[in-house]
This record gives sequence, structure tokens and C-alpha cells, in this order.
Amino acid sequence: MGIFSGNFSRIIAPLLCGLIFGTGLLVSGMVQPTKVLGFLDIFGAWDPSLAVVMAAALAVATPGFVLARRRARPVLAGQYFWPGKSEIDAPLVLGAGLFGVGWGLVGLCPGPALESLATLSPGVIVFVVAMAGGMLLHDKWQASRPAIRDAEPMARVADG
Amino acid sequence: MANFTPVSAAIGGALIGLSAVLLMLLTGRIAGISGIFAGMLNVRSEDKAWRVAFIAGLILVPVIAGWIGYGMAPPTLPANWAVIVAAGLLVGFGTRLGGGCTSGHGICGIGRLSIRSIAATIVFMVTAVITVAVTRHLLGG
Repeated sequence: MGIFSGNFSRIIAPLLCGLIFGTGLLVSGMVQPTKVLGFLDIFGAWDPSLAVVMAAALAVATPGFVLARRRARPVLAGQYFWPGKSEIDAPLVLGAGLFGVGWGLVGLCPGPALESLATLSPGVIVFVVAMAGGMLLHDKWQASRPAIRDAEPMARVADG
Repeated sequence: MANFTPVSAAIGGALIGLSAVLLMLLTGRIAGISGIFAGMLNVRSEDKAWRVAFIAGLILVPVIAGWIGYGMAPPTLPANWAVIVAAGLLVGFGTRLGGGCTSGHGICGIGRLSIRSIAATIVFMVTAVITVAVTRHLLGG
């Protein structure tokens, strides 16, 4: 495997993917909360750009994932980590609902928030620290519920 | 629709989709940012290197763009710090409980035709639209 093992799969490939993802967010304007809120504000001066971003992303990702599934394993790794869960349960609906409220309050979701750290904006830094706090709070709370602790912690990490 | 930018939105969206496909095809991982970031924070997680590398790539983009003359303007955020903190907590807790965010559910999940992700995307879109409607129009922004 040579250069295809080790550092290439662990560092270089994910770094390249992060660069491409970040470029997509920057070019599309989705790093700007005003742009995102313009889409969510359907009762104001509506800006459909975010819908075009999603449609274009799906136009590439949907056939791309079909192609990926045809391979027994990824090019640089031993196995795929496809998300395992498929049911619509209460945590999914409640979690997505809470996320939407936070997203609507400031117009930042995790990708643009992390990318915006590059601007060293104090507001973004506070948002990311609070976001990390919310995640750790959730994981601590989950760990304190022994009944489901062993059932799915890693599945959740892989979920998205 | 004065602010509609369909061309840059389509180009940017295609790049996001390409990144998600490449990450899966090359490393077998889902490009869900909340999951990648949470796994980096998790002390029990042993596969931190690729997560750090991906997020470093995200943060490097505006830095490199700045070097070549396309610097990113700092995001416009609410003046109220309590709103920023509350929103961050909700986004962090909510994406963990719901197992994903705009990228993990909205792009990768729907791209895999997952009913679970389609449901999550509808729910967070609806609550976000309601939140914006209430804060901008009911409370007068």
C-alpha cells in the first residue's frame, strides 16, 4: 500500500476533504449567518440559496454514495462506517428540534461555526465553546443512563 | 429574492457533496461535522487524528483565502452574548441527541436516502424557520 496507508488515510485524505468542504461553505456563502437566516426567514426577504446548496450537494453525494457502496471497502481504510440506525425515534426528533432552535437563533451550524474560528471573532469562539459544552453535557448525561450506555455510544459517534 | 446567489450556491454545494463522497470513498467516514467534532472531544475516542485533520482543513480555508486576497468577513452575530451561548448549547446538545446536523443528516443522510435523516432534516428546518419567524417578526428582531 505504501503511501496509501498510515498518514495518507489518517491525515492527508481527511485534511483534503476538510479543505474541499470548507471551500464549498465559503464559496456558497453558507459561512455567513445572514445568508443562512435569509433562507430560514420565509416570511421576510426570502433567499433560496441554501436550498440550491443542498440540491447541488445531493446531486453529487447521492450517486457518489451509490458508487462507494459498490466497493467492499474504502480505498484507504479497512471498512466503511455507514451509520447503522434507521428508525425515527424520540431522541432524533427532540434533538433535531433543539438543534433547529439554536440554528435559527444565530444562523450558525457546526461546519460554518468551526470554519469561522479562522476569523478569530469573539462571538464565534464563544459559540463554539458553548457548542462543545452542549455536546459534552449530552454525552455525560447519556453515560449516566446505564441501561442504554453499552447499546450505542459508538453508533452515535458514527451517525453524523 | 434580492440576495439570491444561485451560481455560487450550486458550485459551493457541489464541492460539499464532493467532499462527503471522497471522505466516504477514501476513508469510510461520514462527513457529519457535529459527529466529527464530538468524536474529537470524546476522551474515549481513539480515532482522533482524522477528525482533527478534517476540522483543520475547514479552518484553514478562510486563512488560505485571505492569503490570496479573498479574506472572509467575520460573521454577523447577535449582540446579546446570552443568545449566542444559548444557541451554541442548543446546537451542541441537539446535534448529539439527534445524531447529526445539516451535513450529517441534511447532506450525507439524505444522500444515502435515509428516512431517519430526511425526518431529522424536516424537523430542524421547521424549528429553525419558526425560531427565525418568532425572533424577527413576532418579537421584532
